[in-house]
Amino acid sequence: MHDKTLTELAAGLRAKEFSSVELTRYFLDRIARYDGQINSFITVCADYALQQAQAADQALANGDAVSLTGIPLAQKDIFCTDGIRTSCGSRMLDNFIAPYDAGVVERCSGAGMVMLGKTNMDEFAMGSSNETSYYGPVHNPWDREAVPGGSSGGSAAAVAARLTPVATATDTGGSIRQPASLCGITGLKPTYGRVSRFGMIAFASSLDQGGVMARSAEDAALLLNVIAGFDERDSTSAEQTVPDYGATLDETLAGLKIGLPEEYFSDGLDTEVARIIDAAVDEYRKLGAEVKAISLPNTGLAVPTYYVIAPAECSSNLSRFDGVRFGYRCENAVDLEDLYKRSRGEGFGAEVKRRIMIGTYALSAGYYDAYYLKAQQLRHLISDDFAKAFEEVDVIMGPTSPTVAFNLGEKSSDPVSMYLSDIYTIAVNLAGLPGLSIPAGFVGSRPVGLQIIGNYFNEARLLNVAHRFQQVTDWHLRAPQPFAD
Amino acid sequence: MSLEKTDIEKIAHLARLEIDPDDVSRYARDLSVILELVEQMNQVDTGGVQPMAHPLQMAQRLRADEVTETNQRDKFQQIAPQVEAGLYLVPKVIE
Amino acid sequence: MEWETVIGLEIHAQLATRSKIFSGAATAYGAEPNTQACAVDLGLPGVLPVLNREAVRMACLFGLAVDAEIAQRSVFARKNYFYPDLPKGYQISQYELPVVSKGRLIIELEDGGTKTIGITRAHLEEDAGKSLHEDFHGMTGIDLNRAGTPLLEIVSEPDLRSAREAVAYMKKLRSLVRYLEICDGNMQEGSFRCDANVSVRPVGEKRLGTRAEIKNINSFRFVERAINFEIERQIDLLERGETVVQETRLYDAARGETRSMRSKEEAMDYRYFPDPDLLPLHVDTAWLEEIRALLPELPDSKKERFMFEYGLTSYDAAVLTSSRELADFYEAVEKSSGGETRLAANWVMGDFAAALNRDGLEIGACPVNARMLGGLIRRIADNTLSGKIAKQVFEAMWEGEGDADSIIEKRGLKQITDTGAIEQAIDEVLAANPEQVNQYRAGKDKLLGFFVGQVMKATQGKANPAQLNQLLKEKLNS
Repeated sequence: MHDKTLTELAAGLRAKEFSSVELTRYFLDRIARYDGQINSFITVCADYALQQAQAADQALANGDAVSLTGIPLAQKDIFCTDGIRTSCGSRMLDNFIAPYDAGVVERCSGAGMVMLGKTNMDEFAMGSSNETSYYGPVHNPWDREAVPGGSSGGSAAAVAARLTPVATATDTGGSIRQPASLCGITGLKPTYGRVSRFGMIAFASSLDQGGVMARSAEDAALLLNVIAGFDERDSTSAEQTVPDYGATLDETLAGLKIGLPEEYFSDGLDTEVARIIDAAVDEYRKLGAEVKAISLPNTGLAVPTYYVIAPAECSSNLSRFDGVRFGYRCENAVDLEDLYKRSRGEGFGAEVKRRIMIGTYALSAGYYDAYYLKAQQLRHLISDDFAKAFEEVDVIMGPTSPTVAFNLGEKSSDPVSMYLSDIYTIAVNLAGLPGLSIPAGFVGSRPVGLQIIGNYFNEARLLNVAHRFQQVTDWHLRAPQPFAD
Repeated sequence: MSLEKTDIEKIAHLARLEIDPDDVSRYARDLSVILELVEQMNQVDTGGVQPMAHPLQMAQRLRADEVTETNQRDKFQQIAPQVEAGLYLVPKVIE
Repeated sequence: MEWETVIGLEIHAQLATRSKIFSGAATAYGAEPNTQACAVDLGLPGVLPVLNREAVRMACLFGLAVDAEIAQRSVFARKNYFYPDLPKGYQISQYELPVVSKGRLIIELEDGGTKTIGITRAHLEEDAGKSLHEDFHGMTGIDLNRAGTPLLEIVSEPDLRSAREAVAYMKKLRSLVRYLEICDGNMQEGSFRCDANVSVRPVGEKRLGTRAEIKNINSFRFVERAINFEIERQIDLLERGETVVQETRLYDAARGETRSMRSKEEAMDYRYFPDPDLLPLHVDTAWLEEIRALLPELPDSKKERFMFEYGLTSYDAAVLTSSRELADFYEAVEKSSGGETRLAANWVMGDFAAALNRDGLEIGACPVNARMLGGLIRRIADNTLSGKIAKQVFEAMWEGEGDADSIIEKRGLKQITDTGAIEQAIDEVLAANPEQVNQYRAGKDKLLGFFVGQVMKATQGKANPAQLNQLLKEKLNS
């Protein structure tokens, strides 16, 4: 059951092989049985899920069902859910119950999908290892000693361990693609503006983008069909029509032009990972694609640029967490300043505080031009690199992450080495492009992801490129042993 | 750029963050290392480059001037730490 | 030493939109606390701002009215600071690229001259909520109904040289925003607020002195007093050899003085940066032309036209154009009266204005409309009514007894202009008062008034005064 694709599950529901309630119970049971080993959920909402499943069964019986009606999913705990806690992985929001649903949640419920629970994540999505969560780290299902990546580590681990068929996630600097890579699943970060940010708790507004995690590109396409689209409540939402991402999956790759940026294959890339990426690219040659070397010359500046822009935006976005209207409030504040400082000091963890302080510093009087303005200019150059590349190629490929999953605790005391693990994903966010990671092999027991970057609003092509690879390989079908049954 | 403990105290105050005195030097060290990374930006001359605030070249969409929200005070204040008579309470504000 | 005062004003005008600048919550004044604060206004997690088109239109309309440049592309920025009435921890405002810049406003000076005051910029921003300091167990209550109300912050050049000029500028600006119907100008409710930047310098000095910013002064009277107090304070300091500190000061109306604001003492570092939740605001030429086409006639040109078209004095034209409502009313009365420009002006500014004032009513809500007042004036002009009787008729109209003609009819107030009827009344009066007739004829001219009064009494005031005078003199002198 847990290895079925969304298409198979939807068919099973329609053929009455099983009901949505049974399917939901099945995954709730798996979560109960296995999640203790990986800690991928912060909240499991069994009653809520079963109610939704009952409604879905009713819709199926009435013939009101749409394509994914009755299929369970997990929501990253960054998406607000009306009536169910949304913690964002933080003590600050440990008691926060949003009075509204995020746009993404609304669309999933509207499509009859069943929410199993809210997945673990780095606090306020700040992290690449899921170790900054107030609810404890997530373990990689492939190797419990290893991190699952972050910040959407809970969603990635839950999908990899087959605790949910699919999950939502968000990506500000690689938070979908990097954990997808480290957990051996398929993760898609759409073009900035493709998926509504309404009700998605902001980390860095100009970089944040909601997306999907699934075992296959096909499942990812079907979930993207549900969550993509214009939302008038988000000024940065794109008024572009949404194609049927499932319709073009099988298109031929003959003549596809693939660019390999030399900067993504230089120092710092693990040689085993490099070998696996090379092999994946060879598969594409066999599928008829042309491969050429390209250059994204400002790649090395992406991480420094990102670590100005993201903290600057976050320092301001997180000011609303002040202990006045919702969320954590310190005990016995003696005055207003004490209320602010202790509520925030006690409510936020160390990484969040580091980033707020970096951002505050970068925006403060006398430093704005040297940091923020400079970073925005570099952002332009980095974005132009991609624009030039896409004049020559259809997609760009390379590793998602320079290494396979590192060990828990390995980088948690060295923020910069942690930041550099996002070196291949961050530039995509700065440019606002869509990017995807698919499983391409293993180094030992730990998965390796191939990153595929597309041009703006070209998610359909990315999914097609990923799907064709998955037709001729079986990396995406492998399941971590302890969770295989 | 290397930050001193006093810099951290100043920044933490601006950001209204209480930092345990024992942690100040650790933050000073971490932030200095991060700033070192950030300063790699200076390797590139960006003279004349337009700053880019947004990935998409779109203009702000405008909403019609219509009242679409209804009073949800009770629901909103259920999650508030301290309210009275419909007001959010905070320690006394001195002007 | 001779000192020169330099004043610049920052006016915050609440724009008269139905909904807030970035949310669909209502902007009505006076609602129960926090009942008009939606998730966006409260700064709850994950919710996002979407800009109100009408607020932008109003800002552009203002810009056009003050001959300013309207930016084709302007940018919203965040002004970051922590305060309980600022729910997000930042105010969305415009910083480097405001929607309106480089405008000007002409003010009238007391000596009858005029002066052009530069408007540096006008930008859109959101208002904050309110802190209520009544005692809640030693705590402050926060009401966020006002949070997110659209504001146009209008910043003048430091072109004002006295408190009087500052008040003249403020009054002119208030009249303008009301003309444009973009702000109700209600200072009591805080829809039109003023911060004043005041400094002094020795006459002849080119550099500006250190300024103090006086916050939130909520009436014209207080603006004048606060500025004058501040000028005195600064001159005193400088003459004692001390220095003026750049700071924010609060006007204490009860004590009539300004004092330093403790909460603003710390040097503010607002960390402005472009708001990533909002995209650049584009105002294209086509939209701007649409807005321009709907620009109403503005006070200055309306005044000119009233003088030219209706032959009014500069003073009368200024009074009648002081608000768009009054000017429209005058024009409607003038039209209904059949072109009695002067009579209409006198009545609108005289009895009508006095009655409004007495009963505390607005033009739109008062019992006498323009058609009724015009009808009354018509009856004065065609000699149906004397001026004195007309006042009675006006009062009756105000009391709701109908229009002028029906009151005249009902009360039989029609003026007597028939020469024979007046002569008859005169003859009767003269016959009844032979003694006084003799005295008059012996040279006691003053008695003319006595005879007029007697005839008026006999005719219940309806005799046409001019005819009466003429006929009476003829008879007495014959």
